[in-house]
Amino acid sequence: MSVSNLKAGILYFPGTNCETDLVNTLNQRYGMRTELLWHTESFPVDHDIYFVPGGFSYGDYLRSGALAARSASIRSLKEAANKNIMIVGICNGFQILTEAGLLPGALIRNENLKHICKWVDLQADGSWAKRIHQPFQWPISHSEGNFTASSEEIKKLKDEDRIIFRYPENVNGSTENIAGITDSSGRIIGLMPHPERALNETKDYSYTKNSSGDYFFKNLFQMI
Amino acid sequence: MNLADRSGTAAEALKSGLKEGEFELIVQKIGRNPTFTELAMFSGMWSEHCSYKNSILLLKNLYCESDRLLAQRGEENAGALRISDKHAVVFKIESHNHPSAIEPYQGAATGVGGIMRDVFTMGARPLVSLNSLRFGMPDQPANRHLMREAVRGIGNYGNSLGIPCAGGEIYFHNSYAKNPLVNAMTVGIADMGGLASARASGIGNLVLYVGAKTGRDGIHGASFASKNLSSQSVEERSAVQVGDPFMEKLLMEATLECIKSGLVVAIQDMGAAGLLSSSSEMSASGGVGMDLHLEKVPAREEAMEPFEYLLSESQERMLLIVEPSSLEKITAIFTKWELDCAQIGIITDTKHLRVYHHEKLFADLPSRLLTVNSDGAPRYKRETKKPAVGQMRPELENLETFHNALRNPKNGKLENLISDMVSHPNFASRLPVYEQYDTDIGGMRIIGPGHNGGLYKVPGTKQGIAVTSDGNSFYVAIDPYKGAQHTVAESYRNIIATGADPLGISNCLNFANPYIPENYYFFEQAVTGMSDAAQALKIPVTGGNVSFYNESDDGPVLPTPTIGMVGLIDDVDKSCGINLEPEMEIYLTGFFKPTVGCSQYVFNNTGKFNPVLPELNLQDEMNVGRAVREAIQSAIVSAAIDLSLGGLMMALLRMIFASFRNKYGENKYGKKDSACPGFVFDRDAIETAVKKLNLSVDNFFWGESAHSYLLATKDSRNFETLMSKRQIPFLKTGIVKENNSLLDLCPTTVNLQKLYSDYNNGLAKFF
Repeated sequence: MSVSNLKAGILYFPGTNCETDLVNTLNQRYGMRTELLWHTESFPVDHDIYFVPGGFSYGDYLRSGALAARSASIRSLKEAANKNIMIVGICNGFQILTEAGLLPGALIRNENLKHICKWVDLQADGSWAKRIHQPFQWPISHSEGNFTASSEEIKKLKDEDRIIFRYPENVNGSTENIAGITDSSGRIIGLMPHPERALNETKDYSYTKNSSGDYFFKNLFQMI
Repeated sequence: MNLADRSGTAAEALKSGLKEGEFELIVQKIGRNPTFTELAMFSGMWSEHCSYKNSILLLKNLYCESDRLLAQRGEENAGALRISDKHAVVFKIESHNHPSAIEPYQGAATGVGGIMRDVFTMGARPLVSLNSLRFGMPDQPANRHLMREAVRGIGNYGNSLGIPCAGGEIYFHNSYAKNPLVNAMTVGIADMGGLASARASGIGNLVLYVGAKTGRDGIHGASFASKNLSSQSVEERSAVQVGDPFMEKLLMEATLECIKSGLVVAIQDMGAAGLLSSSSEMSASGGVGMDLHLEKVPAREEAMEPFEYLLSESQERMLLIVEPSSLEKITAIFTKWELDCAQIGIITDTKHLRVYHHEKLFADLPSRLLTVNSDGAPRYKRETKKPAVGQMRPELENLETFHNALRNPKNGKLENLISDMVSHPNFASRLPVYEQYDTDIGGMRIIGPGHNGGLYKVPGTKQGIAVTSDGNSFYVAIDPYKGAQHTVAESYRNIIATGADPLGISNCLNFANPYIPENYYFFEQAVTGMSDAAQALKIPVTGGNVSFYNESDDGPVLPTPTIGMVGLIDDVDKSCGINLEPEMEIYLTGFFKPTVGCSQYVFNNTGKFNPVLPELNLQDEMNVGRAVREAIQSAIVSAAIDLSLGGLMMALLRMIFASFRNKYGENKYGKKDSACPGFVFDRDAIETAVKKLNLSVDNFFWGESAHSYLLATKDSRNFETLMSKRQIPFLKTGIVKENNSLLDLCPTTVNLQKLYSDYNNGLAKFF
């Protein structure tokens, strides 16, 4: 199916701040229709893919994502998960998906207790390792990206090949250098780096074609 | 008139920060004794911070001419310039020094919040932010604490709000130890025709209070910022506001949505002196009156007094004027964003600000008496006195340290000398600072921090806005008039080196107590120098702010006028960065007239400096600037950097350090598997130039010069033709080599890997 026939639902909350970047990416770059879904209301599950974008939902004053995970729109998102529709959480979106129980583990404060914004090396695994040379780089920007989970959960993630992105050099203290995971179906994805910020050429050489986030979105669209 | 409040006294006036004679002036102007509440209002509005009483007469003269100008300086919350038929750029820089000295995290955070509000209250969505920071040397734990916390505060606020940081600057000098400077700048984009005004109008229109609830925080913040910091200042911590970036994000979205709906008659944020300043300024500038009913103000504390409502500097609040028929729609927008929206007053034809609390009248004053733009607040021209000029030390101009090291390659001094420079906190990589700021959000980044200036795209267009903030307090302390001109010139070069056209200036003037004639001399000279430079370069100064009383028990800080400059490029594809590639040739371009005696090189190596600044000819500066921009835009030049502190050597090293790559050509920030291009100096050309220009070798490499750039090109023929045609001097300094990480100074070669690691650790080790 052509991407232009697809429709993405993008959930946003008070304090979300990456929704416009995602809308612009999906809409203008790939021609996908998008709908922004505000947190106060449930929505009909009639989209082809859902995104939970980055930001600081509810100011992240409680655990990141904890309040957002209890909103009306997340109840609909769980319905979407039951229907096996793809769900992608980026950054704060990843945090929200773990808080909502759609993905295992939790994201705690970076080991150095600072916000880190930079382009970092990444290694993709399994089916995600296709069509990209390793390692590649995407930007991260988070204070709480240090992935942690019980040893049973970690073992399960490893055994089931559900760790899809790792940092070759551990930037934030994540267990097993985890940067991105999936649920057991492989159709719910959470990652801390921002592939949507690795799409445009810059003059300061932060972006290079080798590290384009294009690969991420094209892989996603194939999975729909 | 039935005023319910008791009278204020002359003693209370002095206690609240008003100066000798000002109580009598109030009595004379209103024809009676002010009430206690009224006195508190005067103390806030006539404070230095709000009234600019000791600076406004000079600021009025600042050059401000441009056919792009959309707002008169001082009348709106920020400067606004047309950049196309569709868009305007809105920008301002502001200080938050005193709060940051006491509570660096909240002080810096709320500084960012305040300047963001100044921009989005104009109807502009913030595109980028910048900051200029000054601290004492970071080897002292107290200075380190202030730096770390201020940086964390700026980061957390801006990141949460989702506005990328495009850069700025940080500089260390021990005069800032107890009084650090935190200057924050925001640049936003508005639709032409979508600009909001702060001028209240329409008798019978409603006054709406929106945003966070009011508490007792920050009461007397404006008067706190209008006196010297001392050991007692820590006791006044309650004058420091507490920020909530989450609330600000909601307020920003709601405000922009309201302004876009066209239903807002006037709007202003509540900054210094809170509700009082916004209500009095809005009514005064609109020539109308305003009645306020304070019990209707959403409050988060009990039993607040009228003066507390008025002076509270609780953050994230706005005052809106709307027509009664719009109330329902406006309320719906704020309800969606889960914000308070309360009708607290009405516009009247009295031209008075009348303040009621539970139907009792506490204040009844003509608005214009309170504000700076009418003839209300007093204006003073202060006495100036030129301080003695320091002694000239000819030996500093003839330093041969570097020259000797070059001649004796084997003793290892050369590498140490360069290492000491690149690892000095004033030169080392700023990555540990801006790594804490989100630099990519919004997807508009073309050039991020760490280069000449930032360059971010105007959404939906090919246009880009170049931004920079600069200060050179070292120069200003030596010669305030010329030092301020150098500061403007450096900003100008930073914008030019991205390929953009300088468009406008916002300034932040950080000085000490204006009542001391020597201090005021610096202020007056710096403002005049800045204005003359702006005029020569034809860049309007659209606004900014003044921060006096930057001193502590240890004395005043270096006089620090900060320049925030914006530039415009019509096609971001035609801009350039500073990254080098093999086979590029690097030209020293412009009127290179370096001086080393007042350079950071000499100061770092000897602890001394000469009181003579480098030559500066603004006509030359502009001629070079135009030629450089032309060379960049026509793609003849593919990397450019301007010369500033650290001279030619530092500029070259910054280009090289920005060019570290791994084997895939990816930027690696100094990872083990990365390398940078080598560079080989053209020894003959340099020896000839040194002789011809009659310079010492140390001066050639490390001396500081205006109107000069390093430009890298793979098209030397066209480059030389263009520069010759434009009558701009140039000198081929050498050629960029393959990735061997070697700097060949002929005959001495220096390994760049180690220097790069020193450069990266210089500041990082203090974080």
